[in-house]
Amino acid sequence: MSPSALQIARHALLTPAGLDDQHLQQVLQQILGHRIDYADLYFQSSRQESWVLEDGIVKDGQHNIEQGVGVRAVSGEKTGFAYSDEIILPALTSAAGAAREIAQHGQQHQVQAWHTTQHPALYNSDDPLTVLSADEKVALLQRIDAQARQIDPRVKQVIVSLAGVHEVILIVASDGTLCADVRPLVRMNVSIIAEQNGRREQGSAGGGGRVSYLYFTEQDRAASYAKEAVRQALVNLEAIAAPAGTMPVVLGPGWPGVLLHEAVGHGLEGDFNRKGSSIFAGRIGQQVASTQCTVIDDGAMLQRRGSLNVDDEGTPTQRNVLIENGILKGYLQDKLNARLMKMPATGNGRRESYAHLTMPRMTNTYMQAGNYDPQEIIASVERGIYAVNFGGGQVDITSGKFVFSASEAYLIENGKVTAPVKGATLIGNGPEAMNRISMVGNDLQLDTGVGVCGKEGQSVPVGVGQPTLRIDSITVGGTST
Amino acid sequence: MQPIKSKPQLNSAQSHDAAALRDIVAHILGAATQRGASAAEAGVSIENGFSVNVRLGEVETVEHNRDKGLGVTVYFGQRKGSASTTDFSHKAIAETVQAACDIARYTEADSYAGLAEPQFLAKEIPALDLLHPWSLDTGAAIELATACEDAARATDARITNSEGAYVSTHIGTRVYGNSNGFLGDYASSHHSLGCTVIAQHEEQMQRDYWYSVSRVPAQLQDKISVGQMAAQRAVQRLQARHIKTQQAPVIFQAEVARGLLGHLVRAISGGSLYRKASFLLDSLGQSLFPANFSIDERPHIPQALGSSPFDSEGVATQAHYLVQDGVLRNYVLDCYAARRLGMQTTGNAGGVHNLFINDSGCDLPALLQQMQRGVLVTEVMGQGVNTVTGDYSRGATGFWIENGEIQYPIEEFTLAGNLRQMFSQLVAVGNDVDTRGNLFTGSWLVENMMIAGE
Repeated sequence: MSPSALQIARHALLTPAGLDDQHLQQVLQQILGHRIDYADLYFQSSRQESWVLEDGIVKDGQHNIEQGVGVRAVSGEKTGFAYSDEIILPALTSAAGAAREIAQHGQQHQVQAWHTTQHPALYNSDDPLTVLSADEKVALLQRIDAQARQIDPRVKQVIVSLAGVHEVILIVASDGTLCADVRPLVRMNVSIIAEQNGRREQGSAGGGGRVSYLYFTEQDRAASYAKEAVRQALVNLEAIAAPAGTMPVVLGPGWPGVLLHEAVGHGLEGDFNRKGSSIFAGRIGQQVASTQCTVIDDGAMLQRRGSLNVDDEGTPTQRNVLIENGILKGYLQDKLNARLMKMPATGNGRRESYAHLTMPRMTNTYMQAGNYDPQEIIASVERGIYAVNFGGGQVDITSGKFVFSASEAYLIENGKVTAPVKGATLIGNGPEAMNRISMVGNDLQLDTGVGVCGKEGQSVPVGVGQPTLRIDSITVGGTST
Repeated sequence: MQPIKSKPQLNSAQSHDAAALRDIVAHILGAATQRGASAAEAGVSIENGFSVNVRLGEVETVEHNRDKGLGVTVYFGQRKGSASTTDFSHKAIAETVQAACDIARYTEADSYAGLAEPQFLAKEIPALDLLHPWSLDTGAAIELATACEDAARATDARITNSEGAYVSTHIGTRVYGNSNGFLGDYASSHHSLGCTVIAQHEEQMQRDYWYSVSRVPAQLQDKISVGQMAAQRAVQRLQARHIKTQQAPVIFQAEVARGLLGHLVRAISGGSLYRKASFLLDSLGQSLFPANFSIDERPHIPQALGSSPFDSEGVATQAHYLVQDGVLRNYVLDCYAARRLGMQTTGNAGGVHNLFINDSGCDLPALLQQMQRGVLVTEVMGQGVNTVTGDYSRGATGFWIENGEIQYPIEEFTLAGNLRQMFSQLVAVGNDVDTRGNLFTGSWLVENMMIAGE
């Protein structure tokens, strides 16, 4: 039997510093003694590497080791935070002293007795980086480069990257939380530039998850990224100017789920709703999307990029229904916002690292499948856009305005997908756009595992997904009339 | 600035830090040589500070930051490996250097790889006056942020909510050295004050912000006016309308225009050029802008946010033109890209240092008069900028201008065009220069763009 996450974490994070449970209890008690409601310690150690191939050769590799401990003290709505990149008792004590200085009121609390919960592991705790030797990693990148170039002579530039992280975290909190997680995360990306008659266009594809590097060699996945990136670049070589104006848009399955991430997901994060700064604040129970929309955030999916066994506060992740048949059901919560809003924590408390504060964040966000055949959805549009790939998006959660930019899109003319178009940015208002979703396909797909979400300067890995869907009217920012 | 309680806690032993970091760099380079590396370079940095956020008059967060990091790149001939860590212990340094060497055993020879050539390395380190610690404790920072937010909330009855005001102050030291004999360091400070508030009209909410940033505490914008500007900007967005799809002239307000300069820099950067991933390939000597515009880099302005005595390869930074009388004169290159392109480094490893475009001598109201009818853009959203093709399509927010004056706020529209065309259609640049970064520009009036709306 392999060691538990807690055993691994104690060994990696506490033993080298000679720290034991009693020390951690003492530090937490020392913080609580200053009229603090809640305190936690977040120990983290991570090892990451990346390999990049360019111009047909693996030019550079990077290796990074990071470790540290973050100390948080909460009093009412106030949070004090300090961290140290040295995991030793004096550093911990000094960070605790800095964190607790916010307390002015609050009740006297006692640190609760540790309790740990068992949860089924969503991913393997083995080091994902060591399943391939350095030679094998280099050979994999070279093979993908050769395959991409073989597909078409118009391929002029190929960049292939391979990156992996192995991370161990340990969380102890004054509410008795004692838990650990060992998190693998790998990603591969292929980026192509193709050239034809002096015109250059790009395409990119990739994938990954909380798995090992073997994921890329299984089922020929790495080769499929190369094919997909080349296909996109070649499509874009033929792309004409996108139309400008308001029109129906059909979004393809999978990665276009970034729509949900921007139009809905951020606006449902607990902090914005507690503060009343989100357009969705105070709207639980109201219709915020068409009745065909059921949107879920699920951090407990097997091996997905956005999945976590426990969030960064030790709360087990779960499947959270955000919108059911168009009705707003709930928010994404961390402990602080859940407590202040008198709602349950949902397993969405996440942080970029020990040096960052926890916030409510998304995990894997997707829309459930509907009843329509995807072909039927496209056929329903007389003149519009079919967008299948996106570069990314952005939202203003207060006004609800969101933007996302298509990297592969086509015209729909008389119910048929015709010419590829370039540079189409879509802009809309979250609840308005969601209410204009008139057809939801039966082809739910999750993305391939490349999402990175940014909020207040912190990046975390996430997943998105959706079936093909039709938005009756949204503004398309092309150049052609 | 209002008086601030003096409680120095940040400026302790800055020179001591530099000396200690120089020792670490020397130690890393020695360890690399010992392991057989033919060349090596290392960068080490340390940063300390704190930030406070106050919301609705109450402290929300107090965050103490203490960041450090070291990175090493080793070369075995033309093969290269890199590694980094936050742990400065001798054991961790040994492991990190070893990790870099291990990687270099597997990477392939790249004939362009290598350190900066000795003749380009900075010989003298000009004193740029970048370090101005702020003797401010968290209590005083909280008072300052509170006053800023209070001013915002008192500006207009329609300010109904707040995301708070913040004060942040940090100082840091950076040391870079390589086995070609370069070892340089400099210390700098970075302080900021900002506020974000929400305005409401009936059911509609609009959020906006304002901030000030400087290396010198006394040069930060006054707390009251930061708060008031945040409030005015949020209120001005209320009751925004949609506009029709049309072609029209566009004024990019200074802070948005800064982004356009950024797109130019990216397109003429070595990495984009040697990968042929730029719409400005082979465009040296070509007219990119009308002849009355020049863009130049000034890396040695005392106290400026983008100033730096040497770049991230130890190469001396130098003042020069990128665009002169509309013509592209220089790319933005580090040593690697320069070798790839058969050119010389421009001292831009790590980016540009204080870029300026000359203004046309008029303020923003005069620019509006000059445009007469069109769009004033105050915010752009999304990632719709394609450096390979120059295609530009972004979501935007702003004001509709008629008769040279603001008529009403507008939202939910997009701006589309091609950057090369936008550059060539630059009509005027305002003297309302935004100084909060390393790209200095006033507002841009662009002759014509496609606007998608209703």
